[in-house]
Amino acid sequence: MSKLVFEPPTITRLTPGVPSKHGVGAVISPMPSIDGVKVDDLIEKYGSPLFVFSERSIRKGMEDIKRAFSLRYLNVQMAWSYKTNYLDAICRVFHQEGSWAEVVSGFEYDKAIRNGVKGENIIFNGPGKSAEDLEKAARNGSFIHIDHLDELFVLADICQSKDIEARVAIRVNMDIGIYPKWDRFGFNFENGEAWDAINRIMINPRLKLIGLHTHIGTYIMSTDAYRIAATKLADLASNIALKYDYFVSYLDMGGGFATKNTLKGAYLSGEDTMPSFEEYAEAITSAILNSQIKPDKLPTLILETGRALIDNAGYIAGTVLANKRLSDGHRATIVDVGINLLFTGLWYNHKICPVTNHSGLIEETTIYGPLCMNIDLIRPSMMFPSMKRGDRFVITRTGAYNTTQWLQFITTRPNVVLIDQDRKVHLIRKAETIDYISENEIIPGHLA
Amino acid sequence: MIIKGNIALSENGFVFNPATGDSYTINNTGKEVLILIREGKNIDQIIDSMLGKYDVDKTTLERYLADFINDLSVNNLLEE
Repeated sequence: MSKLVFEPPTITRLTPGVPSKHGVGAVISPMPSIDGVKVDDLIEKYGSPLFVFSERSIRKGMEDIKRAFSLRYLNVQMAWSYKTNYLDAICRVFHQEGSWAEVVSGFEYDKAIRNGVKGENIIFNGPGKSAEDLEKAARNGSFIHIDHLDELFVLADICQSKDIEARVAIRVNMDIGIYPKWDRFGFNFENGEAWDAINRIMINPRLKLIGLHTHIGTYIMSTDAYRIAATKLADLASNIALKYDYFVSYLDMGGGFATKNTLKGAYLSGEDTMPSFEEYAEAITSAILNSQIKPDKLPTLILETGRALIDNAGYIAGTVLANKRLSDGHRATIVDVGINLLFTGLWYNHKICPVTNHSGLIEETTIYGPLCMNIDLIRPSMMFPSMKRGDRFVITRTGAYNTTQWLQFITTRPNVVLIDQDRKVHLIRKAETIDYISENEIIPGHLA
Repeated sequence: MIIKGNIALSENGFVFNPATGDSYTINNTGKEVLILIREGKNIDQIIDSMLGKYDVDKTTLERYLADFINDLSVNNLLEE
């Protein structure tokens, strides 16, 4: 007869009359496998902790967003936001699904080129483009989204001195009725900056205004904000047509759609409160279709959705290292996934699921990472089952930003694998070694 | 190690201390350990009994039993 799974014995005092902030009925479901591949097998082969991506989820997300928008609008183009996740294998899945590349640095630009994206299918955003970046992007026919007047003047100078043309758009920031107001990027709509930039571009024969861009923020939970932004951007496009008899080819609505993760401090679960792609699509497309833009001149709608397309497809599998009682009797569990790997642990109450079944008895627990640093706190408080050293778990919805903002802090970063649609597992980034980390360090002669 | 005589343990894992009015929930392994303590088993006998039943090594079992017995003691469920 096989033996029973051992769960550390626990006893929890009940406090009548004072419900905990977690309320009642929290259910922590086990997650024994990801896309049909056993988590235990993954960890045994690739180690713990381990980043796991699901190709099936990525493609499903792309299918969902394309359906939501293309049902409502004729020309829709996705552009993969590199900063959200620029692991080459991940980018290539998005490119296979038809996404262009949306980059915000020369480094990301070169990555996109190496991933086989044509220059004319790269959108170059961001406030920090160098003169070399601008010239390269102009020569490649990429869409340069100008962020500020300095950039406009530098680009105009480059085009003049090198005798080349550039395909450009301007980034427009605007009041869309939500807080915080993102006015640090691009030209302001309300104070006339945007028009000033447009006029300067329109009279420059070497700068071709191809589109208009806005990115209203990140994790925007209000579809109405997108409706207002799309209305203002479409107004700008129709007024350019009126003034210059010139029609921009695209409106780029940026990214910022929320995922189903629950933000810290949120009262309700993100699964219940975040808008669907259909709701975002309805707000944006109806605003453009109802604008003054003539039906035969409707621009392509570009979306730079990042987080909402990759968050759900990413997991981190890990292992419990220790348990302890804090001074007030509160249980603390230490795991091998720290804030160095889970940057989004600073923003989200990530869901953590044990790999194996448990008794169902859960207790308020603090989840700490393994770093010897006070900031390494994954969940200050969550209802969690009793897990012993060596037990495994999966943190869900970790696909966005964690493999770009992760820190090489205190320790090296682990393997990253991709599970393809046939459930085959591919190593897509090898675990770092001390040699990799030390490669660029130079020891001065007197210290050798 | 003796459980206080007045402590009530229900079939489905509720523990009640009528002296203080405190009640507790307990998981399956906790309930099993509590029953073994009540039957008068010592630590070694509890370990032997559980090792035969659960997929766990002796070191891990000892470590978590120590935790559990400490929790019982902190909650005033054991005789001094």
